[in-house]
Amino acid sequence: MNEDRLPHFVSDAPFEIETIERLTPEQERYFLASQWRLMWWRFRRHKVALAAAIILALAYGSILVTEFLAPYGLESRDTGFIYAPPQRIRLFHEGELIGPFVYGLKYRLNLETLQREYVIDRARVQPIRFLCLGDAYRLWGLIPGRTHLMCPAKGGTLFLLGTDRLGRDILSRIFYGARISLTVGLIGIAISFTLGITIGGAAGYFGGLVDSVVQRVIEILRSLPELPLWMALSAALPVTWSPILVYFAITIILGLLDWPGLARAVRSKLLALREEDFCTAAQLMGARPSRIIGRHLLPNFMSHLIASASLSIPTMILGETALSFLGLGLRPPVTSWGVLLTEAQNIEAVVLYPWLLLPMVPVIITVLAFNFFGDGLRDAADPYE
Amino acid sequence: MLNYLARRLFTMILTLLAVSALIFIIIQLPPGDYLSSMMAELQAQGETVAGDKIEYLRHQYGLDRPMIEQYGLWILGLVRGDFGYSFEYNRPVAEVVGDRLFLTVLLNFATVLFIYAVSFPIGIYSATHQYSWGDHGLTFLGLIGLATPNFLLALILMYLANVLFGTSIGTLMDERYINAPWSIDKALSVLAHLWVPVLVIGTSGTAGMIRRLRANLLDELQKQYVVTGRAKGLSPSRLLTKYPLRMALNPFIADIGTLLPNVVSGSVIVSAVMSLQTTGPMLLRALQSQDMYLAGSFLMFLGVLTVIGMFVSDVLLAILDPRIRIEGRSMR
Repeated sequence: MNEDRLPHFVSDAPFEIETIERLTPEQERYFLASQWRLMWWRFRRHKVALAAAIILALAYGSILVTEFLAPYGLESRDTGFIYAPPQRIRLFHEGELIGPFVYGLKYRLNLETLQREYVIDRARVQPIRFLCLGDAYRLWGLIPGRTHLMCPAKGGTLFLLGTDRLGRDILSRIFYGARISLTVGLIGIAISFTLGITIGGAAGYFGGLVDSVVQRVIEILRSLPELPLWMALSAALPVTWSPILVYFAITIILGLLDWPGLARAVRSKLLALREEDFCTAAQLMGARPSRIIGRHLLPNFMSHLIASASLSIPTMILGETALSFLGLGLRPPVTSWGVLLTEAQNIEAVVLYPWLLLPMVPVIITVLAFNFFGDGLRDAADPYE
Repeated sequence: MLNYLARRLFTMILTLLAVSALIFIIIQLPPGDYLSSMMAELQAQGETVAGDKIEYLRHQYGLDRPMIEQYGLWILGLVRGDFGYSFEYNRPVAEVVGDRLFLTVLLNFATVLFIYAVSFPIGIYSATHQYSWGDHGLTFLGLIGLATPNFLLALILMYLANVLFGTSIGTLMDERYINAPWSIDKALSVLAHLWVPVLVIGTSGTAGMIRRLRANLLDELQKQYVVTGRAKGLSPSRLLTKYPLRMALNPFIADIGTLLPNVVSGSVIVSAVMSLQTTGPMLLRALQSQDMYLAGSFLMFLGVLTVIGMFVSDVLLAILDPRIRIEGRSMR
């Protein structure tokens, strides 16, 4: 019926979509990569964040083998070397290479000023021993051992960062303090994360009255200065509690006031997401709210949450340090960086023995590393942008 | 405007009530009341305390009444300016604190002013010279400022001042003025000492503010009206100040809400480290000796300081931004 139809060309060549849209191996790799892999690629480009991640990994790795890394035990005292200055590691003795060693210290009491004075004794070369037997310890309080990464020469000393008023090696104590200071943030963030997701999730998902109540509580908590509240709560801890109990109480206090920020983020995301079709579908299939929130909604922005959580860990580490420094947080025999810094509270002592300030170096490094790491993580959190 | 003001005032009072309830709960947390700890101390010193005297004191301080009533008494006392009784000095707190309350307000106010004064020019420079060396350097400095804990900074500064200049910077005025009445010389001395704590407390806030101002201004500078203005030949300075800067300034006032709690937190610990003549060291001492009523009063004072500061900032914001007056909330 339709005679003036145009001739219709049909190619006989076998058709294969691959011949036209062949992906290069790189493209294929990119398109098939999972979200976490994409995040990792993006994070890798952030050189500073990557360096921070490595530093943090090393720091957290070190707390697994603290006893091995520390040259001395936590409570080892050398009463002959009170407030001894840091000993420098040297390689050459009188122009001759003899590997890492330290010169011995000679102690003298200055009778005029009654100050302890230490002079470097260049005659006593004390080579550092590596993988050697030193103070006995129990790894994690369980496995007995005596091997240390490095120990002083027999009959010598090895105070790379000096000693405190009881003649304890500050470097070793910094290693032991890391175990407490670094984990405080982790436990605290776990508490704050749980609270934030539960409370923020409920507020965002149910809306209405729950939402307004949660909003008011968040506003009130956020309008209060954090540190004085932390101080008051930890001062309220009974004095009779054991150090371990106090440690857990402090981490709970740190986590207890930190959740509003997270809850707010969860809430605003959920408010938007609960209108999505997949959420309605889950509701129609009869899923419980907790399942919908945890299984269908939260994974959408989990990476964001982890990134923002990694930014509040340093706040908690600092909180613990500040509380312990003020004498309201952890107390000896528990050793954290804040506890070590209490020695530096007396400014006259610090002027005479400035190495008492050294425990603040790991604090600042950790906090900086967490900040850079968190920044990089936050940028990488949304790899599809 | 009046409507907005009334609503805002109402929420402020509600917030203050909630804050006071929270603080009162914290006060009650340690087991026993302060009388029992005082008794324990007296007995430790070998003094015997008669049972009826305890009862008398307990009645005198209202400790035998129900919780709610005690709370009411505490609040009423605070409103009347009765900050409680200090057992350490055996005097009413109001006498002991002297001008500490005023100095606390002054210190926090000066810090906020400092944060504004420094972050304003730097933020504008960073935004208008994006990705220049100056911008990168300032951003890096800001990150370090954000991460360095202020009480450690205070320690370092005190150490350096002691070693380099041989002076102690750990006060808010010359020693001869500490208990002296206010005079011009004393005020000048305070001003001369104020900058160190202000600098120490203000660093992290300044760094945060620079970041926000830079981000806001960058957003604003990419908008179409700026392009149009440039195409029509407006001078760069006028193009910057006429609209984009005014828009980017909003967070300066709105962010007081996040800034003020941080500044107050920082000022407490920095004052404690540097033993300034503010409420910080007293709060610390009260907490250490578990003198919880006294500590609660100080906590409440700090809470009131932040809540009122936020109220003022909201009112200022409403004056500046008509959208807030009408809709009752910020457009961020």
